[in-house]
Amino acid sequence: MVIKKFVQVVARFQEDGKMIPLQVLWEDGRVFEIDRVLDMRPGVSMKVGGQGIRYTCRIQNKEVCLYYEEPKWFVESKEK
Amino acid sequence: MERVILHSDINSFYANVECLYHPEIRNLPVAVGGNPEKRHGIILAKNQKAKEAGVKTGEALWQARQKCPNLVVMPPNYELYLRFSRLARKIYNRYSNQVEPFGLDESWFDVTNSVKLYGSGEEIAQKVSQDIQNELGITVSIGVSWNKIFAKFGSDYKKPNAITVITRDNYKKIIWAQEVGDLLYIGRSTKKKLMKYGIYTIGQLAQTSPDFLVLQLGKMGMVLWRFANGLDDSPVKPFDEQYNGNERILKSIGNSITTPRDLKDLKDVKFIIYMLTESVAMRLRETGCYCLTVAIHVRNKELESFTRQMKLSKPSDLTKEIAEAAIVLFENNYDFSSDIRSMGVRVTDLVPDSTPIQLDVFGNEEIRMRQARLDDAVDDLRKRFGNLAVRRAVTIGDQMSCLDPKKEHVIHPIGYF
Repeated sequence: MVIKKFVQVVARFQEDGKMIPLQVLWEDGRVFEIDRVLDMRPGVSMKVGGQGIRYTCRIQNKEVCLYYEEPKWFVESKEK
Repeated sequence: MERVILHSDINSFYANVECLYHPEIRNLPVAVGGNPEKRHGIILAKNQKAKEAGVKTGEALWQARQKCPNLVVMPPNYELYLRFSRLARKIYNRYSNQVEPFGLDESWFDVTNSVKLYGSGEEIAQKVSQDIQNELGITVSIGVSWNKIFAKFGSDYKKPNAITVITRDNYKKIIWAQEVGDLLYIGRSTKKKLMKYGIYTIGQLAQTSPDFLVLQLGKMGMVLWRFANGLDDSPVKPFDEQYNGNERILKSIGNSITTPRDLKDLKDVKFIIYMLTESVAMRLRETGCYCLTVAIHVRNKELESFTRQMKLSKPSDLTKEIAEAAIVLFENNYDFSSDIRSMGVRVTDLVPDSTPIQLDVFGNEEIRMRQARLDDAVDDLRKRFGNLAVRRAVTIGDQMSCLDPKKEHVIHPIGYF
């Protein structure tokens, strides 16, 4: 089942106020580097129920959607 | 150049936002309802499935459950709805700087000057609808026309997730065939009056002589006649994103409450009036206005209600004066033939608080000034420590004393005029 998982994120704030996520810190201590942000736009997650800025990121060669739903970050996680 | 006006209405706003946030209930009949224990137990919104089961907005939760036993009732989450409302407005703002909200879920926007940039009204409507669906995950119905009334009519015409274009070629076919009660500002009693004269459809209204309508309905007759003929030329009032909802031209400030238990005597009523007035007067002072008129609204157990208003002798923003006026109004107009379920206090005829006040020889202006200073001090304390930090003694020692109308105040649709 896909669940809404709130995660810790390290982000960079640019001079123009844009916020770019750099790392996702998983609860078990793993750190996922975000290689690249491919897209950012407002979006919804119909799967887990959420709305915010959707960052489509490449993490370890996979495309992952990371949502900033003020003031928290979440991902659509498969884990229980 | 002919105007191009869009009216966008978010379909089952509250219910659909709840469905978005709770995927597990998305395929069930869902309604958003108040808390029955606080006696706010009515349906505020419902989704398509619940609508099909016959659930109606405004009915009691138990009635809805009888029609639809597996109905899922969610408590309302206004902060979330406010956020979605703001986000939707931001999307409208991409296509026009003239966006006029009408309640939380509806907005007009005038795209006359964007047609060259983004295509015809219908194309813009499609883009808006797409944007809303992609970014907010909810659907809208949009009406496109050359005036606000027909645009609103269009958005009500087909639901959900639809676009209706009403042009000079098809308005007679679409709008004129509809029942007269579907037109904005024709409510139950106007409809009754019109039906008495054999006016059943909007087309019949449009073809009635305006003089006759004025004779029967007063100046509203002319307004309705213009509405029906598509002659309404009221502009879409631009709305400043910085302000929150209703801070355009304020016409009145009011609070009302359905109390957790019925009010049985004057003591209860005084208590509620003071509580409401505290909030109303504080909001009045925040906007920097005095009021000239105080009005109350009373609804009893049988759901019969009335409104009464009176002028104050002097413009005022004093809690005490407003509350006392409201109590006088109440005492003169109600005899407790039935217990009271809901009460409201409202102030109108607002004037800036810089307006000079005519003093008189016998009025005790010194006391009024002291009272004003007291109100200011109390306001300040409340701002720092919360609205319940300083309270009137009448409001202590009752199960209802924890009510905070100021904090719970939410913006509702305001009048069209």
